[in-house]
Amino acid sequence: MKKFLLDLKVTENCHLHKNYCLLKLTSDHILPEMLPGQFVQVRVDHSPTTFLRRPISIHYVDRTANELWLLVQLVGDGTRRMAEYKPGDVVNVMLPLGNGFSIPEENKGQKLLLIGGGVGTAPMLYLGAVLKKAGYTPTFLLGARSKEDVLQLDLFEQFGEVYVTTEDGSLGEKGYVTNHSILKEVHFDQIYTCGPKPMMMAVAKYANAESIACEVSLENTMACGIGACLCCVEKTKDEHHVCVCTEGPVFNIEELTWLN
Amino acid sequence: MAELNVNIGNLQMKNPVMTASGTFGYGIEYADFMDISRLGGIIVKGTTIQPREGNLYPRMAETPSGMLNAVGLQNKGADYFTEHIYPQIKDIDTNMIVNVSGSSVETYVECAEKIAELDKIPAIELNISCPNVKQGGMAFGVTTCGASEVVKAVRKVYPKTLIVKLSPNVTDITEIARAVEAEGADSVSLINTMLGMAINAEKRKPVLSTITGGLSGPCVKPVALRMVWQTYKAVKIPIIGLGGLSNWKDAVEFLLAGATAIQIGTYNFVDPTVGIKVIEGLEDYCNRHGFSSVRELTGALDI
Repeated sequence: MKKFLLDLKVTENCHLHKNYCLLKLTSDHILPEMLPGQFVQVRVDHSPTTFLRRPISIHYVDRTANELWLLVQLVGDGTRRMAEYKPGDVVNVMLPLGNGFSIPEENKGQKLLLIGGGVGTAPMLYLGAVLKKAGYTPTFLLGARSKEDVLQLDLFEQFGEVYVTTEDGSLGEKGYVTNHSILKEVHFDQIYTCGPKPMMMAVAKYANAESIACEVSLENTMACGIGACLCCVEKTKDEHHVCVCTEGPVFNIEELTWLN
Repeated sequence: MAELNVNIGNLQMKNPVMTASGTFGYGIEYADFMDISRLGGIIVKGTTIQPREGNLYPRMAETPSGMLNAVGLQNKGADYFTEHIYPQIKDIDTNMIVNVSGSSVETYVECAEKIAELDKIPAIELNISCPNVKQGGMAFGVTTCGASEVVKAVRKVYPKTLIVKLSPNVTDITEIARAVEAEGADSVSLINTMLGMAINAEKRKPVLSTITGGLSGPCVKPVALRMVWQTYKAVKIPIIGLGGLSNWKDAVEFLLAGATAIQIGTYNFVDPTVGIKVIEGLEDYCNRHGFSSVRELTGALDI
């Protein structure tokens, strides 16, 4: 897919939570094609500590409004600066980068489970939307520490059933996503997951034990985002280092060494 | 309009702006964003005779105005380059230069010989300054004996333009520059990354898998500029300056300090089109200041 460097204009920047903002960006031109699971690299200027672009996964693409949505977790100075963007500000964005989740081609009756944890819920919204449009009925399982960390439930509910786990039990079932009762009630054909690595590894092990196909989205530290610097590598089963930015960020767990 | 063309040995360049090895892939990664043939040259990823998997992840740590890397020369080897990458890049209308590395004099020589067979590669940049590999790399670049030995051996088998990339992790870079000049290098490029380190205080662990790594980005520019200036006074061969360049003004500064050409490295990650902006800025600078050629800037520091 052709990549673009675009100056996008901020239309809205909602502070969903003290640690998250939802940044909506538009362009005078029609935004390029983007696939769920792909990411963008956002340039952050005037930061004393942030030098490189910030890789952010595509949260949603609103074709009607010609908007790209980014769910940004405020981690360091760069993302905190992104939280300060105001409507009308111009942001330089490189997109779309990497490979998306695979969309099954037939059998619309397949049961698809989308598991997101923390900011890893971001790509699941767009994936759910695309799956629904393709005729599937996706199920979401969202994990968080506490009720206040579960963001935008109403948006997910537009595209499928939503189940929640929180570590403190303040919303949904108490515990981790891999303990949720829905996993015992329904046999899923495919799992897609994004979130903290320990969560994704637990999901991958569960999927493997149950012989369920599973794709994970990685967020290794990266510099260029286009396969030039070779910083963001992940080891594959055949003992090679591959770039997460160009060979991923989505991998089938069969390709990785996580299950060894 | 000012002339922008420069020569490095027998290498003719349409302008003095190149991209640094390890920051621009094989050039084609950046082709969606710009016409890469407008660059004076592209130094492709470090290549070794045998494939290398590089160091373990994590390999990168962001630092104020820069980054540390510990990639460790990951590449698929000279044969793979020749068979699979060269056909894709040989017709790009600029100087496609291969950065050659090794772990012994023999492997440097073998790799240089292999690359010498490729018609459309007019030059190599000999990397005797990679801080991220255990054997070879910087080990050759930090002593005059080591540098002389490897350059002498490669010079015998490599007839085209030979650029030697120098390490800043030395007491006196001019000694190394003189040593490689004496062995027949056509040019020196400097600086490679500076050895650095990053620590995660919360976890009490090093950030990089290798503990130490190479520092690059705007934070190293003053050191690079100083070393270019010192080297300019010490050698007669043309100097290619690099280290933290992020705009045309930085390029002018490196030329004034004594460089004939420059390379842009880490900043390509921030602005993939920075090279084009530097070319345009250099031309504008020459026109504004009445220079008929960018070549007049080399060493033109008014002291």
